[in-house]
Amino acid sequence: MASLIAMTALGAREPAIITRGPLTITERFDVALASVAARKGRMADVAKAAEKAGIPLPGPAAHQQGTAYSAFWTASEMWFVEAPFATHELIADLLKSALGDAASITEQTDAWVVFDLAASDLARVLERLCSVDFSSVPAGYATRTVLEHLGVYLIKHGPGAARVYGPRSSAESLLHALETAARSVF
Amino acid sequence: MIIYHPILGPRDAQEFVYLGDAGLIDRPDGMTAGVKAFHDYLYNRDNPAGEHRELWYHEQGDRSWLVVTRDTVTHEITKVELARDVARARGRAK
Repeated sequence: MASLIAMTALGAREPAIITRGPLTITERFDVALASVAARKGRMADVAKAAEKAGIPLPGPAAHQQGTAYSAFWTASEMWFVEAPFATHELIADLLKSALGDAASITEQTDAWVVFDLAASDLARVLERLCSVDFSSVPAGYATRTVLEHLGVYLIKHGPGAARVYGPRSSAESLLHALETAARSVF
Repeated sequence: MIIYHPILGPRDAQEFVYLGDAGLIDRPDGMTAGVKAFHDYLYNRDNPAGEHRELWYHEQGDRSWLVVTRDTVTHEITKVELARDVARARGRAK
């Protein structure tokens, strides 16, 4: 059996933590991710099974925190489900056994780079980067948007806390955009 | 231009990709409808100065297809529907 070395999206052994003035960008290496899409006409079955398994299925443009699983809406009858990597590394298999054939599930963990942003006021950074009106949307807002020409998911956890899911292969470009915006703000 | 997405509310037109005439939903059966009907479907479009129903794709959003009713003279948008609902209302299975 080959012994493989796990690397982060930025090509390092340890996740990056970058500070630019009051902004802290934390690369998250401990999030397991999978997409869940209800199959045609099976939404009621998915909702029932998800409730039993403790998988939240929030409404449009929303993120919902759960105990093990959290989830955000990505399209009609489709969600991205997050869980701690340490306990849910095989998240796709776990969801598959919870939801059965009512939903189509795709492993997403290694397709994305995850950055947690923290600052007293993130709106000043994000208004330079994307079209989301960060200060007016409520906490728990989740949307797909364009950030530096990259399609990303942006989740608002609070006025000073947000998470960005960006394409893993463009991790450095995304980080560069965040750092550049932060430099011009702070 | 702002498009009022039926699920997500007002969204900037930059998030969308324009495809064209919403008549594309009504593809005739190429085996039975005849060559002329299929030729019209494939190549001929009206070019109205006024109300136009068109397909937009919310690429940088929830990837939904929309049928947008827009005035091509004033760019006023009078109606936005999910293309899925439009197709189902026409008796399509998917």
